[in-house]
Amino acid sequence: MPENNSVHLTIDGRAITVPAGTLLIEACRAVNIEVPCFCYYPNLSVQAACRMCLVEIEKMPKLQTACTVPVAEGMVVRTDTPTVHKARKTTNEFLLTNHPLDCPVCDKGGECELQDMTLTYGTGTGRFDEPKRHRDEQQWSPVVFYDRPRCILCYRCVRVCGEGMDVWALGVGNRAILSTILPNAGDHLECEECGMCIDICPVGALTSGAYRYKTRPWEMKHVGAICTFCGDGCRTTLGVRNDRIIRGDNRDASGINGEFLCIKGRYGFDFTQHAERLKTPLARIDGELKPVSWAQALETVARRWRAIQQQGGRFGVIGSTRALNEESYQLQRLARQVLGTNNIDHHRSADLPTLYDALAGTSATGSAPPLAAAASLKTASAVLLVGGDPTYEHPLLAWNVRWGYRLSGTRLYVLHHREIKLRRQAHRMAVVAEGAEGAAVRYLAGQGGAVAARLSAVGPAEEKRYPQLPPPDPQPISGGLEEFKAELEKESNVVIIFGSELRGDDIRALVALGGRLAGQTRYIGLADHSNSHGAADMGLYPDLLPGYESVSDAAARGRFEALWGARLPAEAGLNQREMAEALDRGELAALYVVGANPLRLDPVNPANLRRSFLVVQDLFLTETAKEADIVLPALAAYEKTGTLTNTCGEVQATRRAAAWPGGKSDLEIIHALARLMGVDFGRPDPDRVFAEIRAHVKGYNVSVVQLAAGRSALAVPLNGAVPHRSAPHLIRSNHDTLFSDGTLGRYSHAINEVMEKRLLLPGQAR
Amino acid sequence: MAHPLEIRVVSKRFDDPSAATLKGYLASDGYKALEKALKMKPEAIIEEVKTSALRGRGGAGFPTGLKWSFIPRQSPKPKYVVCNADESEPGTCKDRLIMQFDPFSLLEGMAIAGIAIGAERGFIYVRGEYRYLIDILDRAIAEAYDAGYLGKKLRGTNFHFDLMTHTGAGAYECGEESALLESLEGKRGIPRIKPPFPATSGLYGCPTVINNVETLASVPHIILNGGEWFLKLGLPKAGGVKLTCLSGHVHNPGVYELPLGFPMRRLIEEIGGGVQGGALKAVVPGGSSTPLLNAEEALGVNLDFDSVAKLGSFLGSGGVVVVNDRTCMVKFAKRIIHFYRHESCGWCVPCREGTNWLELTLTRFHLGGGRSEDIDVMFDVAQSILGRTLCALGDAAAMPTISIIQKWRQEFEDHLAGRPCPYEREFAHA
Repeated sequence: MPENNSVHLTIDGRAITVPAGTLLIEACRAVNIEVPCFCYYPNLSVQAACRMCLVEIEKMPKLQTACTVPVAEGMVVRTDTPTVHKARKTTNEFLLTNHPLDCPVCDKGGECELQDMTLTYGTGTGRFDEPKRHRDEQQWSPVVFYDRPRCILCYRCVRVCGEGMDVWALGVGNRAILSTILPNAGDHLECEECGMCIDICPVGALTSGAYRYKTRPWEMKHVGAICTFCGDGCRTTLGVRNDRIIRGDNRDASGINGEFLCIKGRYGFDFTQHAERLKTPLARIDGELKPVSWAQALETVARRWRAIQQQGGRFGVIGSTRALNEESYQLQRLARQVLGTNNIDHHRSADLPTLYDALAGTSATGSAPPLAAAASLKTASAVLLVGGDPTYEHPLLAWNVRWGYRLSGTRLYVLHHREIKLRRQAHRMAVVAEGAEGAAVRYLAGQGGAVAARLSAVGPAEEKRYPQLPPPDPQPISGGLEEFKAELEKESNVVIIFGSELRGDDIRALVALGGRLAGQTRYIGLADHSNSHGAADMGLYPDLLPGYESVSDAAARGRFEALWGARLPAEAGLNQREMAEALDRGELAALYVVGANPLRLDPVNPANLRRSFLVVQDLFLTETAKEADIVLPALAAYEKTGTLTNTCGEVQATRRAAAWPGGKSDLEIIHALARLMGVDFGRPDPDRVFAEIRAHVKGYNVSVVQLAAGRSALAVPLNGAVPHRSAPHLIRSNHDTLFSDGTLGRYSHAINEVMEKRLLLPGQAR
Repeated sequence: MAHPLEIRVVSKRFDDPSAATLKGYLASDGYKALEKALKMKPEAIIEEVKTSALRGRGGAGFPTGLKWSFIPRQSPKPKYVVCNADESEPGTCKDRLIMQFDPFSLLEGMAIAGIAIGAERGFIYVRGEYRYLIDILDRAIAEAYDAGYLGKKLRGTNFHFDLMTHTGAGAYECGEESALLESLEGKRGIPRIKPPFPATSGLYGCPTVINNVETLASVPHIILNGGEWFLKLGLPKAGGVKLTCLSGHVHNPGVYELPLGFPMRRLIEEIGGGVQGGALKAVVPGGSSTPLLNAEEALGVNLDFDSVAKLGSFLGSGGVVVVNDRTCMVKFAKRIIHFYRHESCGWCVPCREGTNWLELTLTRFHLGGGRSEDIDVMFDVAQSILGRTLCALGDAAAMPTISIIQKWRQEFEDHLAGRPCPYEREFAHA
């Protein structure tokens, strides 16, 4: 026997060495020998159901399923013999006996695994000459349709729903030839509507309500964009025809999310075509917003701004949590250089300056960055989650945490005021009173007294016996936070995820806690939107320049002044709430809102609002835009090229997928306004702006090759102490769920339809 | 009443109506074996069973002592004894009699198995259609608990054995041991991927012995009278006697306990009273899943595992079905495949789709819509199910079909010539 953990075997005459425990089918794949299969799916439990992967193994009398047999020392395998070919042919023929050959009208036609297998391994003609059993198509949810005759019962959907999503909405019903996939709720799905079942279906049995019968796969161009909803930064490969997005999926596993997408990434793109989308600039004429030309609108803005400048009026700027890094960067330049103000802010949902400030004081800045990429959750030995609810607010992170639990034995510690769904994967779950998370963290960090907590845990080891069954609910155990602390302190290399419940000094305590744990502790701060993290990094703060450098730091400011050839204000400006208060007092002469809806968070008396000059650029007429003097129609993220930074701090490139004729990108608008104000920002070329960001923003000197290749690069803007005026009350997460999303989700037909027809409200989904 | 050629061991109490009560059972040597086993070392019990050469009576014929010895002696997990009372093979009707007339022998056998492997809990998985037997078994279990033959501290010793019944829900597939375990755990009755085998990971992932009713009911007799005694009743490699279920076209159908190696000819002619309604055409030797024997083969074979295997068939569960020469073998094949199509669990493709294909084609063929190429297609379809499925149900469906097409191909040809079924026309008024 070999000494190390590798196994030597022969496949089709080729000697290969793979790690012990590798499944034979994976060993074959490792040397590019294709073994056809339907039911086998990497990282889901094995089924041995489709019988397509039968191979010959010496000394075994019967053909064996390559998907269930682990490699063994000296094993001799043949995948290319007449017996194997015959077995594949007949199995393929069996699969086609009841499969309707409606490929010409089937959504899957052209990208169907059964089609591919039949072409490669099947027979030219079928011998089955009996009637097929027809069953009418069923609609299980607004977005999930099931066509039983097409189903080949590979049970992938059942497993990805259960094992992958921990939703368990699908099951198998009846037996024998009447076997069928069915929703466990009977005739409809009670689930998170992620659409993974549709995505993973090898045939056209499960089809998407948002996509079905709209086009053929080869008629679309497929563009890798970054999802514009939550902060996880999933790549959604958009199928685009005639400049319109028709489908979102990530079947090619091209992003940090692999093939995972939630309802928003998969279906939410249709807000871009909503009837209420702004098509032309609007100007308030005689008290009403009326369409005007772009030239008219932009010139009006510049003229009014110049007048306000001459009168010494104060400006305010609110940036976007969805605009691209390049746009946010140029926006703060416009504010500081052109408008001469530090009154700039954004909707804050993660207290990143405090995190970086706290980390600066520790030794954590040593060898490896103290930030964790999303993928690191799949292999982490332990994860501590404080606050937030990744299942509904950060679906990719939840998917990765579950992945780690299932496949890497990750021990998850949850500290929360609610029994959130991830409790089912929790090694220890401590429930504290709402708002007590910070105090609990301080206790864990050895800085304060114990906090009352209800502790629960899933049973030891046994619970993972059946991957096919839902994990049991954790059972109450004694010990409270003391026991939680004792268990946590045994861990090393912990990834800590924290929600908006922790801010200000709580985060300092969290970093102190992380410093007490062995190995390297890494952090993920949960931020709401697709570029919330990027907005913070790009300096959309009244007291921070890009890269968390202080505006009052003469050296840092001097660098940017030299770069732009201009004087920048040195005094910290007003934050979002202070700007709203100033508006209310009539002390803010102009407010420029880019892709944000601040009046929803900080309402201002409309009568007072009229006294200032409000410019809003957005996709829709939001609450804020309705009060504006000038409304500029902007482009959605799917219509732009540039970079975004996800909640973990991973920078990724997104590409323009669709077009919107009436709109301009935020970058184009900002550049145009700057030029009209007499400052030339150059061509509105995202690549040029990103080059500047790479050169001048701390942490952003990432490899453009890596980004161009579709991978992510962790931006770590650790920069020593961050002299930031902490404002915990401004850390306000929307707590958007899978089915709601600030201003975009409400314009998505697919998400609205799902919401309207759901029997359970999101929080009730289990 | 016992036939003179029978040697009654498991069935010895079948004619005694009181044996189903504890009092009656104790009066006829009941629980003496358990008392003996309680004083034996567990290894010695397994050795005795090995000596008896008892082979599983459920169909596969796996040596019982060997199966028990696979159970790890030291296990951090609990161990279980499960009785497979899901008797559902067409042609088999023996276990029901044991449970009906001699339920305590099963209880005693399971307790002994528990002592032998170190299990403290057992389950009897009874097919749902045997509803009436559940009542009998539950009554017997209650009596045994009251008398200390079940429960904690068996007869005052340090052995514990708890036992309960569990009802199946009407699936043939749940007679397959791993599907049975799934069903017993409350899940869909679909077979598991093996390995691991139940001996290491069975019920709830714990070491488990699964035996047929007749196998377990034989155990008390083996312990009481010795393995040697049992062995000598039958053949060297297959000890003892076996319940044989004779049915079909014979004058005296019934369940007869015969020594292994008993000639089929004597079974049909002397015990069965000869073929009814015509001459012998075929015999199903061991339940509907076994390949059929033609008349010549059947009359020359002895009823033991190896002799039947030499003819390419199996002794199976002991369900002998006699078929006379007025039977249309196409229809016979159709009837068998109808059963398997209905009972396939549907999990894996060849069995689910193949049985459906075969039934549809056989039905059309029998009704007169056959084409000459159908015969080869059916043969190939059955061959393509064989050996390619997750459990043995696919084989069970394929084997009889293959044997019928091989041995009675002429009848298929006849159907092509004289449509519809020439046999039904000929014997319509017989």
